[in-house]
Amino acid sequence: MTGTPLQFRDPELARAMAATLQRLVARLDRPVAVMHVCGSHEQAIAKFGLRSTFPKALDVIMGPGCPVCVTDVPEVDEGVLLARQGVRIATYGDMLRVPGTVQSLADAQADGAKIDIIYSPKQAVDLARNTTDEVVLFASGFETTAVATAAVILDDPPPNFSVLSAHKYIPPVMEIVAEMPGSRIEGFLAAGHAAVITGSAVFEPFVERNRVPVVIAGFEPMDILAGLVELVELILAKTPKVVNAFPRCVTREGNLAAQEQLWRVFRPIGGRWRGIAHVPNGNLRLRDEFAHVDARRRFTIDLPSLWDFAPPALAGQCLCGDIMAGIRNPRDCRLFNRECVPENPVGACMVSNEGTCRIWHLYGGVPDLEASA
Amino acid sequence: MCLGVPGRVIEVREFTATVDFWGVRKDVRLDIVDEPVAPGDYILNHVGFAIRRIPPESVDETLALYEMLLGGDDTDLMTSDVRGEIEGTS
Repeated sequence: MTGTPLQFRDPELARAMAATLQRLVARLDRPVAVMHVCGSHEQAIAKFGLRSTFPKALDVIMGPGCPVCVTDVPEVDEGVLLARQGVRIATYGDMLRVPGTVQSLADAQADGAKIDIIYSPKQAVDLARNTTDEVVLFASGFETTAVATAAVILDDPPPNFSVLSAHKYIPPVMEIVAEMPGSRIEGFLAAGHAAVITGSAVFEPFVERNRVPVVIAGFEPMDILAGLVELVELILAKTPKVVNAFPRCVTREGNLAAQEQLWRVFRPIGGRWRGIAHVPNGNLRLRDEFAHVDARRRFTIDLPSLWDFAPPALAGQCLCGDIMAGIRNPRDCRLFNRECVPENPVGACMVSNEGTCRIWHLYGGVPDLEASA
Repeated sequence: MCLGVPGRVIEVREFTATVDFWGVRKDVRLDIVDEPVAPGDYILNHVGFAIRRIPPESVDETLALYEMLLGGDDTDLMTSDVRGEIEGTS
């Protein structure tokens, strides 16, 4: 398949591809689970009703592919505390309603804190240039977004600008999910646009260590079907390797200039991903050379001041962590579409457009037509 | 957030390009793009930064995909994410 130009919106080809997938899974003759790690993949699968074309024995699970959803509670607390200190917070819209221990950023905003919604890190820098306030870019997102944060840090931002990094790095969490007790994941579908930056080679050490294949796929329905066909072929052949099924966008090396900037500014450290686990090397933090733009070092953030507060009672019932680890799905959660809805989310997966619960909520909660029958 | 959006480069000024996204013109930074960019080229934009110059032979199919994605209504998550990237990118 690799390198074959795909045709878009060709129903004949889509049917043929779906039939190929059925045939391959039938040859496997047992249930098989694979995971993708990208909200846009889940959106496309749900939007185009792809699950109804998947073989019954093939379980395609959305893993921790929503950066906002895995932003941990203490990270949100840091943003909330800074905002309550009078610092101006610039952040992506999805971050506002992610629950912290006591408050979300939206709650802090309702209490008078200054929160600005941005679409690009350079807007946060422009904001800082036009005010005497301290401006903190509360930066979430995977490596693709972290390179943009790195670029503004390297471009001589004004002295009242700093960064609270909640950036996450995807390859290490795949390792965690693959090794989780009870994990049934036999292959990963990696996100095409993230790999534009990192290149397909970033997954090679993972495959080497875990003997699990990784296929990089685009976002068009045909791209996803083709990626799954490739992945099941690799599982059948018992040949774990990295295959780039999105060659029109992704190279093996990726964007080297962007990687250079990313790793010049950030270093990977271990940290918790909300609901999932401590992920070694899963968090991106500023290197010592950039201490002057690191909000964690510029300000005193009194996290223990929040520890006397009990978390909201419903949060204890939230299954976001298990859902992102692929152990359960939103339908297993007793809060889903009842107490937990986009207007009033209990868990982070219901907040972001890229969260599994948010996506399943929009598409009726049961995008899998076969399972609903 | 992990979905970049393609646009056509109108003008290049040092590290910034004016880029047309379906009629919406925005400035996009060129700090991290993989190849030199010239007017007429198409780039993939992610949060205000060009992350890739789209090879000319891939432009048509890339645009066709996004036209399909943009065809949804406002409640559609992919449509709203792509529109957000287009309208929000300053």
